[in-house]
Amino acid sequence: MTQERISAQIAELHEAYLREGLTRHHSARDFAPYRSSALRHPKQPLVTLDDPEAAELTGPVFGVSDVTALDNDLTRQHVGEPLGERITVTGRVLDRAGRPVRGQLVEVWQANASGRYAHQRDDHPAPLDPNFTGVGRCLTDDEGRYAFTTIKPGAYPWRNHRNAWRPAHIHFSLFGTAFAQRLVTQMYFPNDPLFPFDPIYNAVLDPKARERLIASYDHDLSVPEWSLGYRWDIVLDGPSAGLFEQEEHE
Amino acid sequence: MNPTPSQTVGPFYGYALPFPGGGDVALGGIVLHGYVYDGAGEPVPDALLETWQPTPGGPLPGSMRRDPVTGAIAGRHGVDFTGWGRVSTDASGRWVLRTADTGLPYISICVFARGLGHHLYTRAYLRDEVDARIPPGRRSTVLAAEERPGVYRFDIRLQGEGETVFLEFG
Ligand SMILES: [Fe+2]
Repeated sequence: MTQERISAQIAELHEAYLREGLTRHHSARDFAPYRSSALRHPKQPLVTLDDPEAAELTGPVFGVSDVTALDNDLTRQHVGEPLGERITVTGRVLDRAGRPVRGQLVEVWQANASGRYAHQRDDHPAPLDPNFTGVGRCLTDDEGRYAFTTIKPGAYPWRNHRNAWRPAHIHFSLFGTAFAQRLVTQMYFPNDPLFPFDPIYNAVLDPKARERLIASYDHDLSVPEWSLGYRWDIVLDGPSAGLFEQEEHE
Repeated sequence: MNPTPSQTVGPFYGYALPFPGGGDVALGGIVLHGYVYDGAGEPVPDALLETWQPTPGGPLPGSMRRDPVTGAIAGRHGVDFTGWGRVSTDASGRWVLRTADTGLPYISICVFARGLGHHLYTRAYLRDEVDARIPPGRRSTVLAAEERPGVYRFDIRLQGEGETVFLEFG
């Protein structure tokens, strides 16, 4: 399968989305250019439950003792310092009403500066970095803020099609106040030349929604002589605790 | 506000998200186990499942504090019910959860996998009290089978024949 064919499929599906005129925020589960989606998406429609007592409207609550202070600094987990461009990534976790999600767990994982994961099954022939694992966690503060110090991950090849390369990204896992708000996603870096070629990024059919996956470079967050700063705010979908009550009051 | 889009969990979460004891929500209770299959009936060896069971007043926060020596999660000792589980499937697509029967008829499950751009929710019903909005002809896909007392089997089929009912919450 060539990149040309994959790119043509992406363009076709994006056009079909725009013709349809409906807004869809999330990755399409059925997105042929991302070839492993073919057998892994349901063909039956989802069943909507509107039960106010549904268990999924509540969720696990994590506590301040749950992470250690250094869990959010991926550059200090080993004796030496990792190679690469040191960055900080920070932002706020909000619900759809714009309210901060407080004290909840944020988990990240990523490749090293060479584009290699510290995962047994990653066989990309790029060097492992003995000083970088690429896993971090933190809890959001009272304003819903999270922050990580890490190094900028490299792009890496994968076998979706011939000459397939993933744009640099950091994987994020987020909890809201409800299990139904759970989110796993990927954060990208501005102006990556690989965006138009990538079936995973482009599985988000809506062009504005795709932009919400890209962090912005923020010079005020850069630390002199130390690190470059990126800002990325995250909005969790789904019904959150107290949202129905709030809507009733309005 | 418009939500941040979901993206697949990908193939390399295995050293980041799972943790020792993630499938031990409570000891001495029930076992819920099964396989995840794709649309060709093949096992999915890289799925991640999270489970959630609220209790009246809310379960104790599932502490994720890591023991600095063993790497184990200190807050998950099997004494306090944490309500939340996280398990990945093995090479044969199998997963196992040890938990308690809280009296709620179902255990909520969220499925993540490589190839799946947006996670899927389903429920494993321990009793035949399936939500009326689930079409009668598909109810059996969310009903766990009690293989022997306290041991429930729940397979998840992402696509095709016997496709599991997946849910969204309005
Ligand atoms: Fe990745």
